[in-house]
Amino acid sequence: MLSRTADNLYWLSRYVERAEYLARILEATQRLTSLPIGYVGESNEWESAVATAGCAHAFFEIYSEANEENVTDFLAFSTANPSSIRSCFEVARTNARAVRTALTMEMWDAINGTWLELKRYGNGPTSREELSRFLRWVQECSLRFDGSAYRTMLRNDAYWFSRLGLYQERADNTARILDVKYHMLLPVHEHVGGPLDYFQWAAILRSVSALTAYHWVYRDNVKPWLVADLLILRDEMPRSLSSCYENLVRYLDAIAISHGRQGPAQRLARGVRTRLQNAKMEDIFQSGLHEFIQEFIADNNRIGATITQQYLA
Amino acid sequence: MPVAFDEMNGVNGQIRPAYAQLSAWLSEIRPDVLDFRRREAEVLFRRIGITFAVYGEADATERLIPFDVIPRILSGEEWRKLKRGLEQRVKAINAYIKDIYGRREILRAGVVPEDLVFQNPVFRPEMNGQKVPHDIYVHIAGIDIVRVDADTFYVLEDNARTPSGVSYMLENREIMLRLFPELFSRHRVAPVDNYPDELLETLRSVAPTGAAAEPTVVLMTPGIYNSAYYEHSFLADKLGVELVEGRDLFVKGEVVYMRTTQGPKRVDVIYRRIDDDFLDPLAFRPDSALGVPGLMAAYQAGNVTLANAVGTGVADDKAVYSYMPDIVQFFLSEEPILKNVPTWRCREDEHLSYVLDNIEQLVVKEVHGSGGYGMLIGPAADKASIDAFRAKLKTHPKNFIAQPTLALSTCPTCVDSGVAPRHVDLRPFVLTGRDKIRIVPGGLTRVAMKAGSLVVNSSQGGGTKDTWVLDG
Repeated sequence: MLSRTADNLYWLSRYVERAEYLARILEATQRLTSLPIGYVGESNEWESAVATAGCAHAFFEIYSEANEENVTDFLAFSTANPSSIRSCFEVARTNARAVRTALTMEMWDAINGTWLELKRYGNGPTSREELSRFLRWVQECSLRFDGSAYRTMLRNDAYWFSRLGLYQERADNTARILDVKYHMLLPVHEHVGGPLDYFQWAAILRSVSALTAYHWVYRDNVKPWLVADLLILRDEMPRSLSSCYENLVRYLDAIAISHGRQGPAQRLARGVRTRLQNAKMEDIFQSGLHEFIQEFIADNNRIGATITQQYLA
Repeated sequence: MPVAFDEMNGVNGQIRPAYAQLSAWLSEIRPDVLDFRRREAEVLFRRIGITFAVYGEADATERLIPFDVIPRILSGEEWRKLKRGLEQRVKAINAYIKDIYGRREILRAGVVPEDLVFQNPVFRPEMNGQKVPHDIYVHIAGIDIVRVDADTFYVLEDNARTPSGVSYMLENREIMLRLFPELFSRHRVAPVDNYPDELLETLRSVAPTGAAAEPTVVLMTPGIYNSAYYEHSFLADKLGVELVEGRDLFVKGEVVYMRTTQGPKRVDVIYRRIDDDFLDPLAFRPDSALGVPGLMAAYQAGNVTLANAVGTGVADDKAVYSYMPDIVQFFLSEEPILKNVPTWRCREDEHLSYVLDNIEQLVVKEVHGSGGYGMLIGPAADKASIDAFRAKLKTHPKNFIAQPTLALSTCPTCVDSGVAPRHVDLRPFVLTGRDKIRIVPGGLTRVAMKAGSLVVNSSQGGGTKDTWVLDG
């Protein structure tokens, strides 16, 4: 297929996935900030939301402090932020339009419908209630788009490239949450304990929609090292780094088989996958959770660049 | 102005045979039912339509072209005559372009004046002596036809560059089939949905002689901001070929490749929906970011086919139009089956003085104008603009032609007040391949939605109709 088409499909999925992630961050933050200060401490959760979204730099170029109003606007509606939910959906649709022939009717309907509906939200909701509805809607749009891709696309390179975008973005998102909140997950906190951390951990799980999953996997109350384990190493957790790389490797292999040759992207991704498979949480803590996450983010970016070079340019 | 010929009611109010069933159906159907279907069509169009008519990001949905639910009907006999005339005309157009860039016999014979060709901005000297695969220049032609009475069809305009509108022809039929199955069951309507197959056959047949047995065809678009982008992506989808932009292609060793995820892939035929000017910044406009550097060199080396060929504009300009009957005679030694609208060329003294004397009754058109610009409609113009045009005619007579104001035929059309006659034209699409000429029965009917209006252009409130060609 055309490199440009593959590139558009890749980014289309990435942007839709990113929009959903931003909605989850905002939802979790909203929840956390409605708790009494005694439960969550004095930290500025809105600032942490901006950091988790990976756009602290751009944000503080415009604002001097982070509060509910300006963070919500920046992450959800701002046209000045190229990664706001609105911008994500707009870029996603522009990409979709450019690759109409590679999308199924259902996918086009999903993304075009989203884009049309987005206009109805104007410059943003006027109340928290409306904002909640908006954030739910964003997640539904992503589910609908992803579902139509899963259910209607031919299993050929168009599908594989769109999956690559999805899993790369998801891996990046999960890693970013861990990167911002890693200090909450260090075993040191074990004896600090208390409600303060508990709600933070719950919020982390919520932002990757894993709170229920956690209980099913561990049948235990929320413990920080298990949260880290779930988000990093557990294959059965669809947003874990490990699961994302299981899928990335799978779809890169599918592409390699159909093209009849492997390349650096396959080798790099397999390297990361193997490292995740062999890792143990104790060792990661031992050698530094933060370093581990930062290294992962760098690897993930490198693989993105390699995929671009190998297929999309 | 004479009374317009109505395609359903004729001139004397007697229903013409091809419309017998439709007329009966129109008298049976309750107005509210028709109105309901009409709304339904709009919703349906908007839904599918949303996927195609949404252009610019702002007032997107407004750009739907109105669709009229009452079909325009041609009898099999009428169509057969049209078809023969279209084939003849397109054959002549191809022969003419070949001659212009080749031996120039028609110029030497004095049938067409030289300056009309060489001073024409769309004449491409790069094409002089250039051989094109299988001698075909115009692979896809859109010939605009108007009708004035039961027997007379005129060609209004030849479109030999990148005619558009075929996606509407196809979508209109799909919508009609969904909305009016019972109306179809009363007729036998020739299908149009094989157009993409016919187009693909045509394009494959004109691949360069050295190309692989399964030539690679692509459709080249200027990109998503082009107003016809929907049509480009629609056609690429139906053809099952890649929709490429200039940046997806590159030329190496005078061979065209597209950039794919599996590396470069050779391209044999480019159905380009982009003007000559923008094809190749090295050959034409150097500021064009839409084209492919080196494309012309690959084309001249015979390694790729462009459809349509470069330089076909010399055949579809308004001044050349008036010579088409002579062109048909010259190359085919046949009487033209389809007539031209009678045309006075102001470059000729006799014609000029006739035009100056009768300007109030005539339509005067600028030779290189399009879209209704630089045009005077005599019967509708005030004295000041007539005087202004007289002056222009006297200073630059070569720039103008004049035609009588035609009473275009009308067809029953759904309007706010019910069903009323509205003026129509027809654009059939003529495909010329190595093996034969293919024409899908019918074409795109455009209708002026305003009472009395002769302007069918979509930019000025014109709509479209499904066009039915019946058996027998």
